[in-house]
Amino acid sequence: RHLLELLKRTTVHGESNSALVIGPRGSGKTALLNHVLKDLREMEQVRENLLENPFLSGLLQTNDKVALKEITRQLQLENVVGDKVFGSFAENLAFLLEALRKGDRSSSCPILFVLDEFDLFVHHKNQTLLYNLFDISQSAQTPVTVIGLTCRQDILELLEKRVKSRFSHRQIYLMNSFDFKQYIKIFKKQLSLPAEFPDESFAQKWNNNVQHLSEDKTVQDVLQNLFHHTKDLRSLHLLLMLASSAVTVHHPLLTAADLQEASRQHSTDSKANIVHGLSVLEICLIIAMKHLNEVYDGEPFNFQMVYNEFQKFIQRKAHSMYNFEKPVVMKAFEHLLQLELVQPLERPSARAQREFLLMKLLLDSSQIMDALQVYPNCPTDVKQWAASSLSWL
Amino acid sequence: MPNLEHPAYPAADLLRLEGLVPCRESQVSTLLSIFGERQQFSFPSIFIYGHTSSGKTYVMKTLLTTLQLPHVFVNCVEYFTSRLLLEEILIQLQSCPSGTEQTSPVHCDSLSDFVRLFKQAVATQELQDQTVYIVLDRAEQLREMEANILPAFLRLQELTDRNVTVILLSEIVWELFRPNIGCFEPFTMYFPDYSIGHLQKILSQNHPPEYSADFYAAYINILLGVFYMVCRDLKELRHLAALNFAKYCEPVVRGEANERDTRKLWKNIEPHLKKAMQTVYLREISSSQWERLQHDDGEPGQLKGLSAHTHVELPYYSKFLLIAAYLASYNPVRTDKRFFLKHHGKIRKTNFMKKHEKTSNHLLGPKPFPLDRLLAILYSIVDNRVAPTANIFSQITSLVTLQLLSMVGQNDQLDGPRYKCTVSLDFIRAIAR
Repeated sequence: RHLLELLKRTTVHGESNSALVIGPRGSGKTALLNHVLKDLREMEQVRENLLENPFLSGLLQTNDKVALKEITRQLQLENVVGDKVFGSFAENLAFLLEALRKGDRSSSCPILFVLDEFDLFVHHKNQTLLYNLFDISQSAQTPVTVIGLTCRQDILELLEKRVKSRFSHRQIYLMNSFDFKQYIKIFKKQLSLPAEFPDESFAQKWNNNVQHLSEDKTVQDVLQNLFHHTKDLRSLHLLLMLASSAVTVHHPLLTAADLQEASRQHSTDSKANIVHGLSVLEICLIIAMKHLNEVYDGEPFNFQMVYNEFQKFIQRKAHSMYNFEKPVVMKAFEHLLQLELVQPLERPSARAQREFLLMKLLLDSSQIMDALQVYPNCPTDVKQWAASSLSWL
Repeated sequence: MPNLEHPAYPAADLLRLEGLVPCRESQVSTLLSIFGERQQFSFPSIFIYGHTSSGKTYVMKTLLTTLQLPHVFVNCVEYFTSRLLLEEILIQLQSCPSGTEQTSPVHCDSLSDFVRLFKQAVATQELQDQTVYIVLDRAEQLREMEANILPAFLRLQELTDRNVTVILLSEIVWELFRPNIGCFEPFTMYFPDYSIGHLQKILSQNHPPEYSADFYAAYINILLGVFYMVCRDLKELRHLAALNFAKYCEPVVRGEANERDTRKLWKNIEPHLKKAMQTVYLREISSSQWERLQHDDGEPGQLKGLSAHTHVELPYYSKFLLIAAYLASYNPVRTDKRFFLKHHGKIRKTNFMKKHEKTSNHLLGPKPFPLDRLLAILYSIVDNRVAPTANIFSQITSLVTLQLLSMVGQNDQLDGPRYKCTVSLDFIRAIAR
């Protein structure tokens, strides 16, 4: 609502302004802005004034030159022919400033600049674009509003002093501050079909089903899990889309089992999945690394040490593992490196031998134990080795 | 049985698809249900991960071409900078629906140009109402490119405001991809690895026509029994199966055994497979060399792989130099006095040694040593007197060029050059013979 007021004031009364919308990922900043703009366009007074609206995104416009070209292109200024923009950066900037400066309150139309991923604009050189935009918004020329959207809370510290002083320090914070009951209501609202749906009876049945689901205990458990993990509405959308994709002609209504399946798929531990697919030799190497981590308290190790541990296991306890040659074990180790389960501490240089490069393991020991439980065809002595290390060297 | 049903796509196509992708039906059906009908919006980005040769690229390609969905397929290792990648996507988009080869060169410098040209390209053709799929293979290379490429691709649907879905295929899990300030989370999907039953089924499919399917299945069984513990990669197993099959059939060809005689066949093939593990599996011998070795059977001599071939013949003093270097690298300085002098005293174990006894030097790698120490050890191990001629020094330099020794530190050091020994104990033993 604040935003709507702000924009209304710009367009109708010709006042210049600037604002920042700050909120974590997925809290609906872009959605809010689009909604407000739509509302604005529908209002009576605005339709009379033409509202130009350059939309810039920090991801796309990576430096000021590109940003300026984009602005001139979107504003359809005179040095744009078709799509190409002529002139160098300095000329374009001068032209733009001239064009913006010439107008005054009553005669020219207001311009609304929207800068998405505002924090990326701050990293441009000298912050020239930001400086100029805020400068214009402070001086009594063409009414201009600059709205920035960002997810960093400390964005004000990143601005340079001169830019900060021209900014009007108006910040709008968006937080997901609803509790679980409202979350369930949102869930219901998202799933229900709107009233304009062509098939009336199906829509009725569907909405009844949704009502039913939202009171079901298992569904509430699933939603509770997700809610504790993240309040982000995007994950809810992901989950619901996944569950709805199970709806087919034969299976027209959503059931609790669908939601559970979707939730299970959504929250699997991906590293456990990868460990599931490793060969037995690689699993033995991982167990050897786990023991090394326990004995040496997390200090980095190298391939030679791991091979040593593996040899100890083979000589003392293994009945089902054949004693593989060292190059074969090295190949298994390099496969683990490629999958990024093991990471070297520093880039390998040409001089050092590969076997002595220090590494660290990126898996947790509880993850390893869990993965071993579900590992298919695991020989029992390997499992026993994992559970108890050989306690004397 | 037709597992894959979808109202939007003709059933004949789906049946054909099913024949092409064995053991992956559940993944394909999930993908189909996510894609929906042609014109429906789907997830903005999908991330698929799984082991090497678990069929991600193959399944994706077959799915998109069989159902004739408009798609662009780009491998990020081949197009490793952002400009190459973006231009390739635009070029492929031009020939997308009609499959014509007419492509005009495209000039695209940055992402904002890409978005603009993409909107134009999609608008000009009949792609307007269908979902366009952009598939990026080996997506882990995207992390090495500029920092805005990955987040921009994840949000491409939002940035271009068109019906497009980006699919990323990779071996590495999503947690290692996420940029620091967060990004739009894609829908992650896992392609599970093949179990041993699946592997058997897939490998048995390419049996040569002259033998029966059972015979080949028994062969695959034996092969998997030996290699399954080490490697589960479908491509490698297929390569090994193709190479060793001729040897397996030999007894049958020679008439010594018929197809059912499993014991004889096993006895014949077993040492062969063990040799294969050391050589072909490690890619130390190329497959043509392997086949040649199989043909001239005769004397089963020592199969030397590439690593054994590096056993160079060194001149007399170089061998001693190398052994001296190895001793210098791996023994701590304190023990030199004890080993190399005729009259040595006892070594007192200090506190320092007690703490560090556990990490053997063999595990940590070679330590650098100065030139004087090398020469001192050399004099003590060679029986007759060695004069410090230029010959010796030039041999040291040639050892460095052969990368058997490596120089540590800058060229101009005040104490003289320092070296490190870079060969292993087995090599030293081989030389010492």
